[in-house]
Amino acid sequence: MVPVSPPDIDLLPIAPEMALAGAAILVLLLDAWRPARNQRLAVGLTLVGLIGAAAASVALWRWTGPSTVLGGMVAVDGFSVFFRLLIAGSAAIAVLFSATYLKRTGEARGEYYALLLFAASGMSLLSAAADLIVVFLSLEVLSLSLYVMAGFSRRRLASQEAGMKYFLLGAFSSAFFLYGIALAYGATGTTNIREIASALGGGGGGSTALALAGAALLAVGFGFKVAAVPFHMWTPDVYQGAPTPVTAFMAAGTKVAGFAALLRVTITGLQPVVQDLTPALWAVSALTMIVGSVLAIAQTDVKRMLAYSSIAHAGFVLVGVVAYNALGEAGAMFYLAAYAAMILGAFGVVALVSRRGEEHTSLVSYEGLYRRSPVLAALLALFLLSLAGIPPTAGFVAKVLVFQAAVVSGHWALVVVAVLASVVAAFFYIRVIVIMYMQEPEEAGEIRAPGVPSAGLAVAAAATLLLGVFPSLLLDPWIGRALIAP
Amino acid sequence: MPTTFSWLTVIVFVPLAGAVVLFVAGLLSRRARDSVWRWGALTVSAAAFVISLAMLTAFETGRPGFQLVERASWVGLLNFRYTVGVDGISLFLVLLTTFLMPLAILASWKVERQVPAYMASMLVLETAMLGAFVALDLLLFFVFFEGLLFPMYLIIGAWGGERRVYAAVKFFLFTMAGSALLFVAILFLYFQAAAQLGFGTFDLVQLAQLDWSGEFEVTARWLFLAFFLAFAVKVPLFPLHTWLPDAHVEAPTAGSVILAGILLKVGAYGLIRFNLALFPEASLYFRTFVMVLAVIGIVYGAAVALIQVDVKRLVAYSSVSHLGFVVLGTFAGTVQGMSGGVLQMVNHGLSTGALFLLVGMLYERTHTRDLRRLGGLGRQTPVLAGFFLVVALSSLALPGLNGFVGEFLILAGTFVTNAGFAAVAAVGVILSAIYLLWAYQRMMHGSLPEEQAQHPDLSIREYVILVPVVVAIVWIGLFPKPFLDRIEPDAERHARIVEMEPAGVRAAGGE
Repeated sequence: MVPVSPPDIDLLPIAPEMALAGAAILVLLLDAWRPARNQRLAVGLTLVGLIGAAAASVALWRWTGPSTVLGGMVAVDGFSVFFRLLIAGSAAIAVLFSATYLKRTGEARGEYYALLLFAASGMSLLSAAADLIVVFLSLEVLSLSLYVMAGFSRRRLASQEAGMKYFLLGAFSSAFFLYGIALAYGATGTTNIREIASALGGGGGGSTALALAGAALLAVGFGFKVAAVPFHMWTPDVYQGAPTPVTAFMAAGTKVAGFAALLRVTITGLQPVVQDLTPALWAVSALTMIVGSVLAIAQTDVKRMLAYSSIAHAGFVLVGVVAYNALGEAGAMFYLAAYAAMILGAFGVVALVSRRGEEHTSLVSYEGLYRRSPVLAALLALFLLSLAGIPPTAGFVAKVLVFQAAVVSGHWALVVVAVLASVVAAFFYIRVIVIMYMQEPEEAGEIRAPGVPSAGLAVAAAATLLLGVFPSLLLDPWIGRALIAP
Repeated sequence: MPTTFSWLTVIVFVPLAGAVVLFVAGLLSRRARDSVWRWGALTVSAAAFVISLAMLTAFETGRPGFQLVERASWVGLLNFRYTVGVDGISLFLVLLTTFLMPLAILASWKVERQVPAYMASMLVLETAMLGAFVALDLLLFFVFFEGLLFPMYLIIGAWGGERRVYAAVKFFLFTMAGSALLFVAILFLYFQAAAQLGFGTFDLVQLAQLDWSGEFEVTARWLFLAFFLAFAVKVPLFPLHTWLPDAHVEAPTAGSVILAGILLKVGAYGLIRFNLALFPEASLYFRTFVMVLAVIGIVYGAAVALIQVDVKRLVAYSSVSHLGFVVLGTFAGTVQGMSGGVLQMVNHGLSTGALFLLVGMLYERTHTRDLRRLGGLGRQTPVLAGFFLVVALSSLALPGLNGFVGEFLILAGTFVTNAGFAAVAAVGVILSAIYLLWAYQRMMHGSLPEEQAQHPDLSIREYVILVPVVVAIVWIGLFPKPFLDRIEPDAERHARIVEMEPAGVRAAGGE
């Protein structure tokens, strides 16, 4: 008998995703077994899954094994640990927001949390994907879950519309992405990100034109996920229509995960052709900042305004990508952490103010919010100031880092565009603060903030302030050691 | 004195820490929350003043360069450091801030709406202003400079008069637009340092050593303009002053006091600390341009003040005029001009701050600031009228009071190098005598309009507010030596930069 040696499979590097998917299945089973009512158990289980994923990620921080596992499909590095933690944290905060919201709208169904966990597992895997096939698979896992979540409020037409719109356009962009993978494979003969780089760099290994066409199509796919102009059209409608906690999760999680993969693909995979890509990325970055900031001014709905703001922020993160140096990468990572905290916080406040359904997302409902709930008004003001990039908040440090990186690379014009876009953006953030603090409330009645979502808001607010005052807490010990090299 | 004690850090952060403590105390005593915040804010700001007086003893007179310097790394990746220090330029601005703040809080005693948020804004504002005056790292300065914006915006917008929202937004957008360019310029300096020194830095002293000769001469001029624009909005220099009258008129009394007394100085201070120190050649190149703007501001501000009927607006325009003097002096290129400019910043803080306080007290009694509807108050409130007269005389530079020392030094210092500018600026002195005395006459003399009932004279609280200011006004007027002794060494260092014939000696920051 010849002993059969099992293939050498180490599952620890994907333990975070296993924890998330496992928890999702348990939540589904629980829902089938004891449906409805028992939301508390589902929430608890979800949080346990997220904490488990975070713990498994931390355990990977000191990984000494090979840099990729599972046949070169999944990368094991500090970069993926950083993003997995960020995603788990964002998902946990979104869960805290969801519990109260769903109870209030009478939509508490178990599959919500299962979907959220599946989406989180997709995002998590995306940040560790070392092969374009895995990138595509995890993109699909997260997107399919989010399509359903966006349309979760079945009785509300806007939500249905959001789900449908997101699905149709998302499927479209997936096709682009897949075609991009095919072209990249045609050019280099591989879908492994690192091998693509060596094929392109080796010269003569493949057609550069084909590779560039592939890169452009991949960029379309990523551009859609991170809501960069001109692939942003879906964002305002979907963000507005989706249930607010879903919007919060989508805005934070998808963008973080999408950028994680984008960074890995551009830094590791496309390094040899980056000279050719930079002008395109430059233009997308500038357009995204301008369009996002300018269109946000005209919005009268707070969710739409935040949607445009989130578009603009994609442009700011891209500034760090365009810079294409270590500082830019660190800046983009810091920016994403800061962005996740502040956008989650902002949408979290919106979820509390727009009670019962979605009828109070017009800016009019925020008039005199200070009188109705000083705490919520102060928190929203903090998040808005951070989104505007005013010190001493996380948003300011994030902007300094990416701008500085672009300056070091000599992208002056982009920095000037970025700064001007920030000034324009400051205008509409400040307008909301004016409305909250300087006008009398239209309707009376205090707004009470229940404990569970308040805990989520407190975490987001603490992160926004802490990262602003002591950015080194995150930069030196974490981001500094999580950078990926070309 | 031991330099191991972190004087500046303590002074800067006492107000902020106080706000945090008061927040907790306010939560614990719900019923007395407003008075906890009032008394607490007063105590905290008074404590900051006492500590800053103690700091004065640690400051070594006659030694140019930065003192009481503290350094710590903040963001290692960017070489962004927490560096603070004072020199003769900033020393008295720190003291002015800590001195005016308790008075402004006392003047806000009658604010009834949202007292905790109001007092918290005041304390945060104090930390930001103090930080801006002592920061020696450009990015750190920018953090404080931007940090000023929001609390002041809230104070104007939430506790101001009828058109407060318009005024607040205008204030915000003007300043924000200015600081955006400042930000790009700061990033560029970092880049330039990386190219020339081999490491990127935001440190003021190191950046002052950059070489801008040859091909970089034009770059330095652009950078000068970026810095200049940001600070000229704050000063405000003509023609960027239009936000100021609106902001002043709509702001609550204490807001106006701080805005005129301290905030405008951040702009004038920035011109000296950054424009002059970082870009000597460009400063010399733009010297005449800046002085022309300053002189226009002096005359224009005074002329417009002349025709105002709202007394608060009148004082606001007088600020435009007086700050013109400050800028004129600092760019005159003589030690007298520079010393006078720095001292005049303090003087203007005292006298204009006091004018706004008095106007606020008048308004609380008469509920109007319209000069056409006021009159005869001298008979009803003689003490208030007396204080008003003293402060107005100080503002119009009567010999023996503080304004004279500053304006005389400025005009003398300017006359040496640019007699023409000094002559035109002197018109501003005459005009200021006219509009202030005329306003005094219309308010205090004559007969009392029918609708004005009996008004009480000063209360004890109001005495407590006004007496210290007047003491300071007289003290600087009669015995300015202790102030000038500390200002002069650094004034000389900076004045040399814009001397008409460049001595070729680069004023590289002290230490």
